[in-house]
Amino acid sequence: MIEVLQTGPLNTVQDLGRFGFRNAGVTSSGAMDRLALVVGNLLVGNDEGEAALEVQTFPFRLRFDRDMTIAITGADGDARLDGRRLPPWWAIPVSSGQVLELETPRRSARTYLSLAGGIDVEPVLGSRSTSLRGGFGGLEGRFLAANDRLAIGSARACAVPPGGFGAVPPEAALAEHFPAPEDDTLLVRAIPAGEYALFAAEAERFWTQTWKISSQSDRTGYRLSGEPIRLASPVELRSHGVVPGVVQMPPSGEPIIQMSDANTAGGYPKIAGVIDVDLWRLGQARIGSGIRFVQSSVAEALAAERAVQAYLDDIRRTVPMLSQALAAMSRR
Amino acid sequence: MSFMQGKALSTPATISTVTADEPKISTIGTGAYLIEAPGAFDLPTQRRIWALAHAVEPWPEVREIVPGVTNLLVILKQTPEEPEQLQARLKHEWDCPRSIDLTGKTVEIPVTYGGEHATDLAAVCDYSGLGDREVVRLHWQGNYTVVALGSAPGFGYLHGLDPRIYMPRKTVPSLRMLKGTVTIGGMQTGVSVLTGPNGWNSIGFAEMQMFDPAKTPPALLAPGDRVRFLPERIEL
Repeated sequence: MIEVLQTGPLNTVQDLGRFGFRNAGVTSSGAMDRLALVVGNLLVGNDEGEAALEVQTFPFRLRFDRDMTIAITGADGDARLDGRRLPPWWAIPVSSGQVLELETPRRSARTYLSLAGGIDVEPVLGSRSTSLRGGFGGLEGRFLAANDRLAIGSARACAVPPGGFGAVPPEAALAEHFPAPEDDTLLVRAIPAGEYALFAAEAERFWTQTWKISSQSDRTGYRLSGEPIRLASPVELRSHGVVPGVVQMPPSGEPIIQMSDANTAGGYPKIAGVIDVDLWRLGQARIGSGIRFVQSSVAEALAAERAVQAYLDDIRRTVPMLSQALAAMSRR
Repeated sequence: MSFMQGKALSTPATISTVTADEPKISTIGTGAYLIEAPGAFDLPTQRRIWALAHAVEPWPEVREIVPGVTNLLVILKQTPEEPEQLQARLKHEWDCPRSIDLTGKTVEIPVTYGGEHATDLAAVCDYSGLGDREVVRLHWQGNYTVVALGSAPGFGYLHGLDPRIYMPRKTVPSLRMLKGTVTIGGMQTGVSVLTGPNGWNSIGFAEMQMFDPAKTPPALLAPGDRVRFLPERIEL
């Protein structure tokens, strides 16, 4: 068990998402930064899709009521175990009674806490992710509150050094495969979508201006503010399925990017779609920060995906090796 | 899970010929392809979309399919190495002239028309030039077919609205429309399933539970089902 001592709103249990029910109107949900969730799970010896805590409002404090191994990924920021600061992207054994505190990250938006064995809430429609809109999944379909207690599944044997060990954060490890921020503006790669041509000359400004992530942004979608981009005449599209990453243009002329809790269907014109491999970076972009869209291609996306897979393969290989070496040493 | 939520496709389905025409195929990001049928929002077109969904669903690279209103979103497990080839296969599949007539169940939904939740009924009257009794009558007398589920868990897009009460979506959505509100959005109608922002026009309210995650299938409605609205109360 873990016990939540202090939390803000909107912190939830998430895994990689709920698939197969989108055609019934059920959003996939799942971690906003899927890469951080996968790395966290790999570090504690879990299957990569185990459920973890996604913390996006701080401070967050919890107590462990048994010995276990945990990993903290996603954010660059301050995690403290009984007051002792932990490095970012770090796995460490914890003891019963210890208290973990997560402070607001410096630059990123969401911290993931993975626990060996995963968070053992009942899967709903094949996933443990919380669907806040639907009110199901995760812990009773809601966000966490103080005094909540969460069960942890049984872990595989996986030795971790007492001081812990870490992964190189993907921003650093994959720096050459993702465009670097310019003047604190995150560059997000996207491909023109269905109604792009309708925007004609207006479309130019979609790529050139820096959009600000407005305060009306959440796991469902990011509303961007900037100089509006309008269609010459409005179009009413028939309702169609959409996926996270779709950039829609409502009549206001300020784009909406659908995120993990994306509506399953929409009718707004689609100007672009963020490439899947860049969605985790968008998931770490904070309200108030700037983003710029960079026109991309499937070929470029595939190259970045291969780099991410190589990075994950490296972790997949290293963690068991480290674990075996430690186990061998402790037998001596 | 099948896109028809299990049952509908196993019931007798007729396969018939549909005249060929060019669909629009576009992408969202790297792994989702949207095929939009040409022509009108009618049931023959929708049947062809269902047939396409049925054909594409078993493809090994497909993770999910989302039939929409005369369109189909195909979501892949991975970014395709050969996107042009995939696009061509989707086009080819569309060109195979097939159509499925889903023979679904009939669902009767009791509705309170008018009253406190029908905040847009007056606007529908203004737009249509009809009286409120006439708008309500045209709505409950309709024979509706569920063309697709989407937007929110269990929400059914219904075909069959009388063109006299078509009503465009609102430019400023209602911020907190109640779950159960009976609405008109363009040429579509439906019953909202979540309380929250909604751009459709409210004309009534229904108590019926449209979605339960503990049930199999979780959604009450499925594509191909018939829907009748029963005017339980009319408060004008």
